[in-house]
Amino acid sequence: MPRRNDIHNILIIGSGPIVIGQACEFDYSGTQACRVLKSEGYRVVLANSNPATIMTDPDFADRTYIEPLTPEILAKIIEREKPDAVLPTLGGQTGLNLAMALYEQGLVGVPGTPELIGANAEAIATAEDRDKFKQAMIEIGLNVPRSGIAHDMDEAHRVLTEIGLPVIIRPAYILGGRGTGIANTVEEFEKIARDGLDASPIREILIETSIVGWKEYELEVMRDRADNCVIICSIENFDPMGVHTGDSITVAPAQTLSDVEYQRMRDAALACIRRVGVETGGSNVQFALNPANGEMVVIEMNPRVSRSSALASKATGFPIAKIAAKLAVGYTLDEIPNDITKMTPASFEPTIDYVVTKIPRWAFEKLPGTSGILGTQMQSVGEAMAIGRTFPESLQKGLRSLEQGRLGLNCDAGEALYLKYDNDALLKKAAIPTPDRIFEVGEALRRGISVESVHDATKIDPWFLDQMQMIIDERQQLEGRSLETWSRSEMKRAKRLGFSDGQLAYIAGTDEDTVRRQRESLGIVPTYKTVDTCSAEFAAETPYHYSTYEDENEVRPSSRPRVIILGSGPNRIGQGIEFDYCCVHASFSLRDAGYETVMVNCNPETVSTDYDTSDRLYFEPLTREDVLNVIAAETHAAGGVPPKVIVSLGGQTPLKLSGLIDPALIAGTSPHSIDVAEDREKWNQLCEQLSIPQPPGGTAVTVSEAQTIASRVGFPVLVRPSYVLGGRAMQIVHDQDALARAMQQMATDGSLGKEGGLSAERPVLIDRFLEDATEVDVDAIRDATGEVLIGGVMEHVEEAGVHSGDSASAIPPQTLPTWVVEVIKAYTTSIANALDVRGLINVQYAVLGTTVYVIEANPRASRTVPFVAKATGVPLAKVASRVMLGATLAELRHEGLLTDPVEGGHVSVKEAVMPFNRFPEVDTALGPEMRSTGEVMGIDRTFGKAFVKSQTAAGTVLPTEGMVFLSLNDGDKPAGLVVVQRLRELGLGVAATTGTAEYLAKFDQPVDLVVGKLSEIENTSLDNAVDLVAQKRISFVVNTPHGRGSREDGEAIRKAANTHRIPAVTTVEAALAAVMGLWEQRNTEIEVRSLQEYHGR
Amino acid sequence: MTTGISEIALVLEDGSIFEGEAIGHVPENGIAVGEVVFNTTLTGYQEVATDPSYAGQIITFTTSHIGNYGATVIDNESRRTFARGVIVRDLARRHSNWRSEMSLDDMLKKYQLPGIAGIDTRRLTRLLRDSGSLRGAFGTADQKSLLTAAQSDPGTSGIDLVSQVTTQEKYTYGDGRFSVVAYDFGIKSTILRCLSEIATVTVVPAHTTAAEVLAMSPDGVFLSNGPGDPEMVRDASTNIRQIVEAGVPTFGICLGHQLLSRAFGGHTFKLPFGHHGGNHPVRNLRTGAVEITSQNHNFCVDPDSLSDVAEITHLNLNDNTNEGMKLKKYRAFSVQYHPEAGPGPHDSRYLFAEFAELMETR
Repeated sequence: MPRRNDIHNILIIGSGPIVIGQACEFDYSGTQACRVLKSEGYRVVLANSNPATIMTDPDFADRTYIEPLTPEILAKIIEREKPDAVLPTLGGQTGLNLAMALYEQGLVGVPGTPELIGANAEAIATAEDRDKFKQAMIEIGLNVPRSGIAHDMDEAHRVLTEIGLPVIIRPAYILGGRGTGIANTVEEFEKIARDGLDASPIREILIETSIVGWKEYELEVMRDRADNCVIICSIENFDPMGVHTGDSITVAPAQTLSDVEYQRMRDAALACIRRVGVETGGSNVQFALNPANGEMVVIEMNPRVSRSSALASKATGFPIAKIAAKLAVGYTLDEIPNDITKMTPASFEPTIDYVVTKIPRWAFEKLPGTSGILGTQMQSVGEAMAIGRTFPESLQKGLRSLEQGRLGLNCDAGEALYLKYDNDALLKKAAIPTPDRIFEVGEALRRGISVESVHDATKIDPWFLDQMQMIIDERQQLEGRSLETWSRSEMKRAKRLGFSDGQLAYIAGTDEDTVRRQRESLGIVPTYKTVDTCSAEFAAETPYHYSTYEDENEVRPSSRPRVIILGSGPNRIGQGIEFDYCCVHASFSLRDAGYETVMVNCNPETVSTDYDTSDRLYFEPLTREDVLNVIAAETHAAGGVPPKVIVSLGGQTPLKLSGLIDPALIAGTSPHSIDVAEDREKWNQLCEQLSIPQPPGGTAVTVSEAQTIASRVGFPVLVRPSYVLGGRAMQIVHDQDALARAMQQMATDGSLGKEGGLSAERPVLIDRFLEDATEVDVDAIRDATGEVLIGGVMEHVEEAGVHSGDSASAIPPQTLPTWVVEVIKAYTTSIANALDVRGLINVQYAVLGTTVYVIEANPRASRTVPFVAKATGVPLAKVASRVMLGATLAELRHEGLLTDPVEGGHVSVKEAVMPFNRFPEVDTALGPEMRSTGEVMGIDRTFGKAFVKSQTAAGTVLPTEGMVFLSLNDGDKPAGLVVVQRLRELGLGVAATTGTAEYLAKFDQPVDLVVGKLSEIENTSLDNAVDLVAQKRISFVVNTPHGRGSREDGEAIRKAANTHRIPAVTTVEAALAAVMGLWEQRNTEIEVRSLQEYHGR
Repeated sequence: MTTGISEIALVLEDGSIFEGEAIGHVPENGIAVGEVVFNTTLTGYQEVATDPSYAGQIITFTTSHIGNYGATVIDNESRRTFARGVIVRDLARRHSNWRSEMSLDDMLKKYQLPGIAGIDTRRLTRLLRDSGSLRGAFGTADQKSLLTAAQSDPGTSGIDLVSQVTTQEKYTYGDGRFSVVAYDFGIKSTILRCLSEIATVTVVPAHTTAAEVLAMSPDGVFLSNGPGDPEMVRDASTNIRQIVEAGVPTFGICLGHQLLSRAFGGHTFKLPFGHHGGNHPVRNLRTGAVEITSQNHNFCVDPDSLSDVAEITHLNLNDNTNEGMKLKKYRAFSVQYHPEAGPGPHDSRYLFAEFAELMETR
């Protein structure tokens, strides 16, 4: 069945901001879909609120709407663009939920409206509605865990009586397992069931028998409209049932299933997709298997492309999203060629001759108060994938890919953390799933605790444990002997088990370089194999490589000039999709300019690790050893000519490697300049030379040094470690005691401690904190001739002190006088020249009164590059990558790549999206440590309207009726007065704490309700804010934290708002912007407009 | 990966050398020799290792971990192994599965199947893909002796391997409704299990005459899979032709497909490296549907040679080779691939039902 000619115009729904459970895998799938549908000649309309995505680049669709993803906005887009069809299965749970909402409003999927392609409403409902799904599975003879549905607590208790404890509770229509939990006691049941009902948009939960400890599997299925079905990949979870798949270490292909069991599972998966009725595209089906008797139950099914589909695509080389898009427009699997072999069709099942291990990465260190225990609700913020020929090799590569200071499965300085536990305590710890469990299991095995005992404690399959034991055995074979005594075969065996040179150095008591030299002298160097979907049965055209230690290297020679682009590794808070955007853009633009581009990355969610993005892809950890190996392989392939290496587009990950790579190879700004910007002393000197003011400060390694600096510059001070991104461990402290605590924490606790703590090379930076300053971010590009292009000047909505990644910001600046913006541009040019920047530079400023202070400069791509590109229409990352390879801005202007920014007529607002709804125990107040997982963009004619859009897109519903609660610190009270005046004009009620109410009364603004302080509640008859929030008597909270002293009240209020999903802002600036926006928006319709229109294309 | 394992080599007829470690049975004279082929299936190493169709061959598993779920007698495809050896990247030191009764290593020893582990199986597979199946030898013998052994192995063309694997005595299996006589050219247990769901199966030796079979008045005759060159199965063409012409519904799989084709004038030829795996797409030309199939053959039917006598029913979508046919004048059909699976997907099991239907409408 060929391409459908009855549809011409297709709307693709994206997945919005990066949140836990929905990350850049949907940018990968959406980008593939856009490319496929455009190349098939369809008109593509895209809706996505996330400016950091590659898919929202205006080249990928005919019309790109960076607008909030709500049914109302989508209805407007549909009205405007009149698509023939809507493709909802590539935008994650967001896309699916929006499609269902539109269907229920009769706007899609019914006669006379756009058709739903990929999956229809009936299929979506069957898969997503827990009860319908269960009935459907029983109907086709598959087992499901015993369960019942509840819509309120009475019903929940009735179900519990039928099933009995323990139970697992899952809310309907949610992603990433939000609100899911396991209850072993009635008390736990009460809490989880209640939270689950709140989490479900339809107030429905499924309560089912807990099968914690069973083995967990997932099959990726594809179906075309001729009913051909194939399994793309089988995935086995290392962590048994009880840990969300997104938080589990997972392995492909499945390792411990016999063919008899596997085929039974395959039959069940095919029956499932057919019964649910997913007409075309990809789905995944999850199974649990009782390890004692093989009893199999179906857990759930996603009728769409998912996080696992992205993993399966990268694991096999079979591009699920791309094929799903083709199937959605009518092709059948056998009509589509296998991209990799070119000769064979896509209607087959990939087979692989290596092992893929995916390991999640969490951010608990940024979320104080969280337990760090893994469960049925996903908490990880990113993941790394590694490919090896065996499980031990891929596991160790995966662990070092996480970039958390660990070199593999222990055998590094980090393992000392487990020494303090005796065997019993260690096993007890390992029994509880946490991010550290894998290392605890490794340590237990090292101590000689048997595989059986570890299995009993953890339920991890003995095969996996024995494979880990092989790593331990090898270590013990080598330990205590000097490096020179290790035989060639021992060294080779260790490398084949995935040991990094760093681990071997630790075992041998020497350094990494010595191991590398010794290894190379024994002739042990990595070979690169190819991911080809077919285990080498057919020749592969696609150079998608991974390293291993074997006989044959498959990298093909080539003589074109080549550029290696180092990616950004697993997503984490502070380093996410924005950097992937930059790397991918660099690859595209350098490919267009005739370079052979080589991508190195280990994040399976990204567009950069699509084998289509670059000329070659190395799916490898971003460590010095692995990167040097790739450089060596590429040099060899080019007959000895070394490649250029780009280190400044992937965030801190590749930048950290810049000093470890031959400086002659580095494209763009020299490592020397990078060092000048990072090294505090050198940077201070530079600013002094340039006469650019800085907040006073200094560097310290010890507490007393820190206290001396603080006494000199005065409190409050901003304390932060050097060489980190995303403000990790950054704090504002107000007194000497707090400063001592902060220094102590950085030296010992958490991940910084794990990486070796503080040293002269890694000191703490201490600066005077400028209270009430306005923060400004600038992205610029400088070329070799010294021309500096100011890409964008962004004014932050929140005051300085809130991390720039967590702050809303606007282009163009909204409150700064023109001359201040000119000063900022002049400073930026001067700094870029002084650092001899070749490529991008990001400079941060704080404006206090009439003084512009420079906070820091980073000669690399920043998080805001994609936002600036979308706000101004200038493809900054593309331009910068060409400049890094020697092109001048003038040349690129002539070529047409660089155009003038589109200015005037619109305002763009970037807003951060926080993960707090998953962590009710965390204080939501914003601070200098970045905690947002993603961002959205609002774009409109005025700042107010754009700000409202940005809030809507971020999920903060601004109030149009009801009562707004204010609790402000003294400094914020004058601004609060303006907020209240506007709220009155909008007809909203106002509640405030006693202090705030008294202040407002002085200006003749009495409040409707005075609210008591929590601490004083015993002696008063006033309502307290926590109760008001819980009773939902308040529709919006404005709570600004107090600089010092008691913060408990505020924290309790913010937590309550978070728990009960009452929108809240924690800065008065955000409240002002919100009321301004609401005021401008009142009595008018929200308008939507595509990026192409804003850019005048 | 444990110590004490002897380091041995695999040498191919072209002189290529691969270093590895000995596993399984220790072969006589320290040499295991045969035609080296590769199988790309992800699961089912036990079924593959015990499949009689591998007689004369050494099986390379492309999947890197082999032996993870151990072995269990009921998954055997025959009473013993007929392959000459196995080549793996990594043999599991410890297995884990509730069904398993022994480790794969123990099974290899029990059935006297030699093996070599630690091999760069991907390099080997790429070599076999590019140069076609090669004869090879591995073991503790010196590399020169291994090369000589590899070069003097007769391979699988022009050799009668069926006589080595067929049953000596006839026997019956199952108690299904129809009576089926199954020619054992190297029949797999899973085929017998599938047939037994529809028939009482009398399994007869490969060289049983048509007269003897017809004397049993079966409802249908089944032509099994088996090893090697179809040209070398003596008398098969005559016997099959007589049975089919007598109007007995006949169904053939793999070698059975080649023999049925040859009986009616079809030609067979050897593929460069054959089809061995569980993921090949085959189109059912009557319905247009694509089936994911289990495959294990080196020889293949030339469909043009059948154009007068048969309707081509199935096509391999990877290389467009023939996968099935149905005789125009007679009640007989056959497929090149393995609808019984074992190991492999169950997409094509409907063919057994079609056989039952053919017998039903007799």
